[in-house]
Amino acid sequence: MRSFFVSLNSEFYKSRKTLAFWSAILLPLVICLLMSWGFISQAPKLANNSAQILWFRYFTAIFGVMGILLLPVLVIYNTYAVTNMEYKGDTWKSLFSLPLPKLSIYASKYVYIVFLTFITMLLFAVFIILTGHGIQLIKSELKFGEYNPNQILFRSFSKLFLSSIGIISIQFLMNLMWNDFLKPFGIGFLFTIMGIITANVGWKYVDYLPYAYPNLAVRNIMQTKGDFNKMLIFDQPIYNSLIYGIIVFIIGYFMLAKKTIK
Amino acid sequence: MSNLAIETVGLTYSFGPQIVVKNLSMQVPKGSIYGFLGPNGAGKTTTIKILLNLLKSPSDQVFIFGKEINSNRISSLKRMGALVEQPAIYGHLTGKENLINRCILLGINKSKCAETLAIVGLTYAADKKAGQYSLGMKQRLGIALALLSDPELLLLDEPTNGLDPNGIIEIRNLMVDLATKHNKTILVSSHLLAEIERTATHVGIINKGELLFQGTITELHNLSKPTIKIEADNQQKATEILVKNGIEVVQSDENSLNVTFQNKEEMGKLNTLLVHNNVTVFSIGVERKDLESLFLDITSKN
Repeated sequence: MRSFFVSLNSEFYKSRKTLAFWSAILLPLVICLLMSWGFISQAPKLANNSAQILWFRYFTAIFGVMGILLLPVLVIYNTYAVTNMEYKGDTWKSLFSLPLPKLSIYASKYVYIVFLTFITMLLFAVFIILTGHGIQLIKSELKFGEYNPNQILFRSFSKLFLSSIGIISIQFLMNLMWNDFLKPFGIGFLFTIMGIITANVGWKYVDYLPYAYPNLAVRNIMQTKGDFNKMLIFDQPIYNSLIYGIIVFIIGYFMLAKKTIK
Repeated sequence: MSNLAIETVGLTYSFGPQIVVKNLSMQVPKGSIYGFLGPNGAGKTTTIKILLNLLKSPSDQVFIFGKEINSNRISSLKRMGALVEQPAIYGHLTGKENLINRCILLGINKSKCAETLAIVGLTYAADKKAGQYSLGMKQRLGIALALLSDPELLLLDEPTNGLDPNGIIEIRNLMVDLATKHNKTILVSSHLLAEIERTATHVGIINKGELLFQGTITELHNLSKPTIKIEADNQQKATEILVKNGIEVVQSDENSLNVTFQNKEEMGKLNTLLVHNNVTVFSIGVERKDLESLFLDITSKN
């Protein structure tokens, strides 16, 4: 276990100056700031909405963009960036010649990518709450303060986070297989588009396509139409996402254990 | 208890149908500097990767400090430090950060970084991004990474690649220091014999995956049979006289001839023989092949 935590610590140390790390923090901030600017500029039109509807409109605008396209792309990029650090410096060989179990090295990388995604989701929830209340400070007619969205925001972003686990495992596996940007990115992007289309047309097998899960999570939340009690965190796509995540993680480990470091 | 730091027993390894290491039985004594020599593509790096378990060897063929590598991977790697091919470094981190990262992974006190950077002469560039280092500086950083955990066994794959003459001398002296004062065992690979013969106590010569020679530097020297080189005013006449007297001439041209050396008395007799037959001898002496030619001879045989 100690090996796992030192490897995880090292992942953080190595990547703290990279775009992958900073994009996990800055992306939610930038999107929330842009969206709040939009709300501020449209304040007269929105002033008649109740606080609950305001929050719903505000957060679903961000949530929609995030879940449909940004989350899969962010995951695709983060998995590439974290694994590419080793390809770029030709450091796989030095990592595997250290007295550390291969499972620790592998699992720490995976967990670090999961952690980056989790941080992004958490920051989205935090920044939405902060900017929502910030909007009211600037435009007092938008009564964000009259409704407490915290629980539903954290539940929604937890759902979105869990929906990305399957994609993380698949992208991680592809990045371990190929020292290449185009293949994992191209395939991942193609599946993301496929996920969007199949989720929108309601393909009967969409529950088996991991790249559609963020989209399905967004649709599920949108369907509540503000009545968040109807929202379930764990539904079939989320269970499937976790099952994909675990199975592909295990396959990836056996592939890595047999990997020839030429 | 084994006196060997590294032992391979009939090690064979292939990439698909291509055999890259053939029946290699290498023995590296503890405390030695083992020069692992061979031309490019001979199988040196592959062997080093096998020793580090980066490439999985068949069981019971590779032993590190007497323990089989596959079943004792972590305990073996704890005693080793390595530089394989070009140094593996993170270009977006500074030299010092690269070492700190390794300290985190190995659970070493970070204060060791400054000391190790000083050993390899990189203190002045500690805070510069490693991606901006010259090839020589990267090589030094790679050596620093290998030295950081103070391992008993160092595997250095062509460590002087890209270094200037001063750098080469420094690394050479560092290796000698580590072996003599700190009792480290060093396996250093190179394709240049001249670089190895100044530091190594033992030599292994590999070509096309096969170990062609293994022994001490003295044993390598002894492989080369000495000859007597004679320069005379009339080479043709001198050759004829020697052959007529039953002496084997191993080489002859218009400038000199060589015959097998037996002892100094025999050499004196040869001189007398030629002089008595009216041949003026300009020079006569023992000639031994230098290691470079010997290396070429050995590697060209297979």
